[in-house]
Amino acid sequence: MSAYRFLVNGAPAQVEVPGMRRLLDVLREDLGLTGTKEGCGEGECGACSVLLDGQVVDACLVPVCQVDGRIVRTVEGLSLAARERGSLDTLQEAFLEHGAAQCGICTPGMLMAARAYLDAGGGPDDGSIREAIAGNLCRCTGYTKIVDAIAAVASPAT
Amino acid sequence: MVVSESMPTRTLTSGVETIERALVVDPGQRVPGRAAGFPLRREGPAKLTGAAKYTDDLVFPGAWHGITIRSTEAHAKLIAIELDPEVDWSKVVVATAADIPGDNIVASIKDDQPVLVPIGGEIRHHAEPVALLAAQDKETIRRLKGHIKLITEPLPPVFDPEQSDHVFAKYEVAQGDIALGFAGADLIIEGTYRVGHQEQLYIENNAMIAVPGEDGGIVIHGSLQCPYYVNKALKRALRMTSVQARVIAEETGGGFGGKEEYPSMLALHASLLALKAKRPVRMIYERHEDISATTKRHPAIVRHRSGVTKDGVLVAQDVEVIMDGGAYCTLTPVVLSRGLLHAGGPYRCPNVRLRARATRTNTPPNGAFRGFGAPQTEFAAEMQLNRIAERLEISPAELRRRNIYHLNDTTPTGQVLRESVAAEEVLEQALGASHFERIRERTAHESAERRGSGTVPAGRLRSGERRVANGIGLALAWHGAGFTGSGEVYLASVASVELTADGRLRVLTANTEMGQGTKTVFPQMVATELGVPVDWVEYAAQDTAEVLDSGPTVASRTVMVVGGLVILAARKLKAAVEERSAGVPFHEAFRDDAKANGATRIDQQFEAYPGVVFDDATYMGDAYPAYGWAAAVASVEVDLDTAEVFVRDVIAVDDVGKVIHPILCEGQVEGGTLQAVGYATIEEMKVRDGKYLNDRLATYLIPTALDAPHIRTILVEAPFSGAPHGAKGVGELPMDVAAPAVVAAIHDATGVWIHDLPATPERILAAMHGAGPAGRLVGVMDEPAA
Repeated sequence: MSAYRFLVNGAPAQVEVPGMRRLLDVLREDLGLTGTKEGCGEGECGACSVLLDGQVVDACLVPVCQVDGRIVRTVEGLSLAARERGSLDTLQEAFLEHGAAQCGICTPGMLMAARAYLDAGGGPDDGSIREAIAGNLCRCTGYTKIVDAIAAVASPAT
Repeated sequence: MVVSESMPTRTLTSGVETIERALVVDPGQRVPGRAAGFPLRREGPAKLTGAAKYTDDLVFPGAWHGITIRSTEAHAKLIAIELDPEVDWSKVVVATAADIPGDNIVASIKDDQPVLVPIGGEIRHHAEPVALLAAQDKETIRRLKGHIKLITEPLPPVFDPEQSDHVFAKYEVAQGDIALGFAGADLIIEGTYRVGHQEQLYIENNAMIAVPGEDGGIVIHGSLQCPYYVNKALKRALRMTSVQARVIAEETGGGFGGKEEYPSMLALHASLLALKAKRPVRMIYERHEDISATTKRHPAIVRHRSGVTKDGVLVAQDVEVIMDGGAYCTLTPVVLSRGLLHAGGPYRCPNVRLRARATRTNTPPNGAFRGFGAPQTEFAAEMQLNRIAERLEISPAELRRRNIYHLNDTTPTGQVLRESVAAEEVLEQALGASHFERIRERTAHESAERRGSGTVPAGRLRSGERRVANGIGLALAWHGAGFTGSGEVYLASVASVELTADGRLRVLTANTEMGQGTKTVFPQMVATELGVPVDWVEYAAQDTAEVLDSGPTVASRTVMVVGGLVILAARKLKAAVEERSAGVPFHEAFRDDAKANGATRIDQQFEAYPGVVFDDATYMGDAYPAYGWAAAVASVEVDLDTAEVFVRDVIAVDDVGKVIHPILCEGQVEGGTLQAVGYATIEEMKVRDGKYLNDRLATYLIPTALDAPHIRTILVEAPFSGAPHGAKGVGELPMDVAAPAVVAAIHDATGVWIHDLPATPERILAAMHGAGPAGRLVGVMDEPAA
């Protein structure tokens, strides 16, 4: 057992757990942030995607010892500012309007991958968007509406 | 989204009369939901912020974790379950068949499947549940599970469904005179087609939490499609009343049929542990266990013999379907039945014989999966049509025109298609939108050029553009709407609409939200009937303590059947309130009415659709009240060196009767289309000695965003008069049609037919080099009629 300190969605967090405990379990069980989902536990489906210092990672593959002193962002932190106004952020809004979330279990991870793509300056190009979310499996949508939603945010003019 | 009420001016005629005009929704220009005037997904904001609670997100203080001890053999007698005497078992709970207070049975149709294999009983498949273990923490479980030993005696297994002598179900339907039909044929073509297991692969694994109740009962919180199926299973095995066996469907992360029957088993396992431990028990499957142990799409072998005239008119169809049911019956007889009833494809034929049987093997049980038997047999039917077209040198589109069902045609069960036939409409829409014939000419030209250059199929590595071959393929399908035969009459579902005493409006059904949009469209339909804003209508929890049994959330029946009941209930509520209020419109009157009269609740029970009659004994009559119709055109690129297939585009045209919510409806078509593309190209379950080999996501592949084609959906409406809204369902229809379209496109690109799904690079290369893989039947027998 060791103590690990990091920022989650802008707030400091401290946990005393074995260093090899998965970030996914720390988020869900120790910090109660159940928005991040587990789909396969081996880094194939991307349901547990979170941002670690702005990069998309699978939280099931990251031991908490690697998170010490770093910045974690989860789906709960996506719209902190917007939530205070009682609304969604522009990306979440686009997913809702385009029908990009169906069963919703891949949605938190998909949103995080899309957020990283947009924050890195990604544009509305179909191929680039698909590349950016290729690590996130969705079984409901056929991806069409997810790509449309991300493209709409990347190019709000359309 | 362009919703046009005016029809294309093109005249479509059938053999008998003009088909019903259909509204066509073509999302040529996509407009997001709010702008298009349709309600946004009701639980969408919760799903998008991480606030939505799926089963594994729920916290129950003091809950233990439960796991399943499973067989490692495909067929054996269970002699004993040994707990290592060196280990302290006092702080955990182990449950076996001996702990089951009621019948040791979890049944969908036949009483053949145990909740847990009893001592002296028969293990019938790999990963069969034998014992259960619960402990306070996962670490204890990991430490102890290896100390539970199963003592068994091996029994001879059966893996080949054709060799099995245990038949779960068998059907035969026939029309006309099959011998006479073949005698009059100019050409007879035979083919054998094989399809394997497909995993539903909902991204949320099976999950169930059982909480002991104060009344000696149990409360189940789970990821499931059918609360009352689980309720029924609990009542029987746990000897409980319906009230004691309370089931609550939590947010469910995908189902696709995979959470139709298995949740009954899992809920029983969690309950046995919870009752013994006297505390809540969580059973949350990991992906590996979910793939290893839960149901798949039935593998099938389909043999066709077709007789056609030289003009391409079908005169005889003889089809034999063999499905592998796996080790237990589950829903196999109804899957087989639907497979059989769709086996001829959407084509009229005067002389037909369809035979089907499903047998038992020592492999994990197969069960419900979107399409429910039809994708298997319709793949074969479309392959057969395409091979006939090739042989007769008729365009596959033209061959279909000559054979598709029109109004007043008769199906193999003797059903006269009296209304809502849109085969021609979907076919022509798909051909037009895809420029099918023009592109087919182009791919034929490219293929001729390649042949001229001597590069195909030379086997040498090619370079440059000629390495990639383009192909386009067409398929057509029909899908019986709602339950087969008398199913809905037996179910006698009840759905309710309530004006509560405090003036709220509620829809109450047992139909679950698993992504398809139940929670959005039911309030939408009721709000439309009542003339109130959609936000005023609540959707009650799918909790057996609160809602009546409106039947399972399966068979694309939610909008069609239960939605119909909800509309009728809303109309009655409106009429009752407006009568009491002496004509004041409902939206102005209902709150005062509730104050004056208290709650008004309308429970609407299903009544048989007028004129729809099916005889279960003879298997003749109206197999379905109506059919949905679909066409797909797929465009592929095939790498001629590696045989890798890229599905570039799919035009999906689906007749759903009535589009309730275009965005959700398109979502169903797009998702179903991609599952079918996966079925056609990459999804393959490898089985050895009755065990799934690729039982994890690293090895069982589903399409990613990069594998997915661009899907353009065109929705067609040919309404069904028996339903108040005309809707026929949408969930399964797209699953029937895209796989044969992709395989036809692969043929257009490469010149080879792939008779076994999936069309992997290995199968395509083997076919291009004129050989099938060892032990697989790839060749076909063609014999001209005498």
